[in-house]
Amino acid sequence: MAPKLEIKSVNKSFKRTRALSDVSLTLRENEFVSLVGVSGCGKSTLLSIVAGLLDYDEGDILVDGAPMTGPGLDRGVVFQSYTLLPWLTARKNIEFALKAAGHKGAECRRIADEHLALVRLAKFADSYPHELSGGMKQRVAIARALSYRPKVLLMDEPFGALDAMTRHEMQTLLTRVWEQHKLTVLFVTHDVEEAVYLSDRIVAMTVGPGRIKTEFKVDLPRPRTQEIISTPEFMALQKRVLATIREDLVSDEA
Amino acid sequence: MRRSKAKALWRGLFTTGGEIGRGTYLVISASVFLVLLAIWWAVTSAGLVPPLFLPAPGAIWDKLAGLALDGTLWGDVEVSVYRVVAGFVIASAMAVPIGVLIGTSRFWEAALEPLADFIRYMPVVAFLPLTILWAGTTDLQKFLIIWIGTFFQQVLMVMDNVKRVPPDFIGLGRTLGLSELKLQMKIVIPSALPGIWDTLRITFGWAWTWLVVAELVAADSGLGYRITVSQRYFETDVTIGYILVLGVLGLLCDQMMKALERVLFPYAKRRG
Repeated sequence: MAPKLEIKSVNKSFKRTRALSDVSLTLRENEFVSLVGVSGCGKSTLLSIVAGLLDYDEGDILVDGAPMTGPGLDRGVVFQSYTLLPWLTARKNIEFALKAAGHKGAECRRIADEHLALVRLAKFADSYPHELSGGMKQRVAIARALSYRPKVLLMDEPFGALDAMTRHEMQTLLTRVWEQHKLTVLFVTHDVEEAVYLSDRIVAMTVGPGRIKTEFKVDLPRPRTQEIISTPEFMALQKRVLATIREDLVSDEA
Repeated sequence: MRRSKAKALWRGLFTTGGEIGRGTYLVISASVFLVLLAIWWAVTSAGLVPPLFLPAPGAIWDKLAGLALDGTLWGDVEVSVYRVVAGFVIASAMAVPIGVLIGTSRFWEAALEPLADFIRYMPVVAFLPLTILWAGTTDLQKFLIIWIGTFFQQVLMVMDNVKRVPPDFIGLGRTLGLSELKLQMKIVIPSALPGIWDTLRITFGWAWTWLVVAELVAADSGLGYRITVSQRYFETDVTIGYILVLGVLGLLCDQMMKALERVLFPYAKRRG
């Protein structure tokens, strides 16, 4: 099967600092890949580049085999800052994206309601963002990004601003949605447990300049539930990924 | 241990981030007005200040009531309100689109921001002779002064409102494939609108000041004109009465715009 997303030898510098050096990564269809690493390793930069929101210096990015030329509806983005438009209700926020994707009135409403139900927020369709909790806002944002069926979903530390309980809830929800819908996801996080729990593959990045260090295949059974976190296999993998990232912290101190 | 009521009230009133009820708030605000009024009354009725410098509150009230009854006051208010609203609307109608443009496009920012900054530092009153030369003592001259005094500031403040639109909102619009125009109309402007409204509310207060300045110097009608005339005849009661009327009008406008803000932008909650 042709890869869904191909990143080929991407280089990126900010003024004089090298942010990304020769980064290559391929996502198969319906694969869930997490990018992990210490802050400053360029994982969010890479995601912004793939989203088309940031220019890069060298390399190629292909979505479904076609060269990526800028931001577009074939890649859905979920930002850490929720980005719900505060003057629109939850439903209208989703309809906003659907209209941009070319759907018509009645259809927009039907698809929006379907996706609100998917993230279990049907009752809050007419609520404004300031009436929703952080977790609920991010659920609407996920529903919005899914609603117009992008080929790839890009998530930039989407649960980074949430408390531990809500985080777990969101991870469970995302796994459920992913297992039902089958999506190609590129997920940036600094939380290793989260990465192991959600992913098929974990890509560890390293600093100075940002580049890919190691990849870990996550051979844990699906469907996954929170119980899996306490199994020896899970903990062993989590330890290995953590150890890889820690090396960067130690070498920084040296 | 339960906190006593008095202690809770004290905390609400005087600690950082404290909360008090709306009733308490109003009582405090009204008390300050009443205390000042009482001091004023006491000083004048004790004869400590000659009425030429500061007439008693009662005398000013009577004078204003008389001017209201014979229609003078309403005529002056009408003329001045017309001028300030017209001048302000002209300035705002130009400033908002230009401010949005400067806030979004680097080209327009480079072209116009330094210019607006430069003119902003020229004292408005220095333009008075010029405006009289250009437009005489007509209403147009008042509009010009209000425009010079508010437009350049508004442009810069609206630019700032637009620059405060979260970058991720713009990123969202781009990932949804919105065109540049749609991005402006559907995301940037709605997002900046509560801030722009606030800018308008604040600058409207300035427009009042510039109107009165213009009317004091060159006019044959309006609140500012009446103040100049009253000074000529040592009618201090009219002078002070009209200054108070100006204050009340300003306060009313401000409250009206604040109330409208709550209706128009219920999602943009502010503290207090």
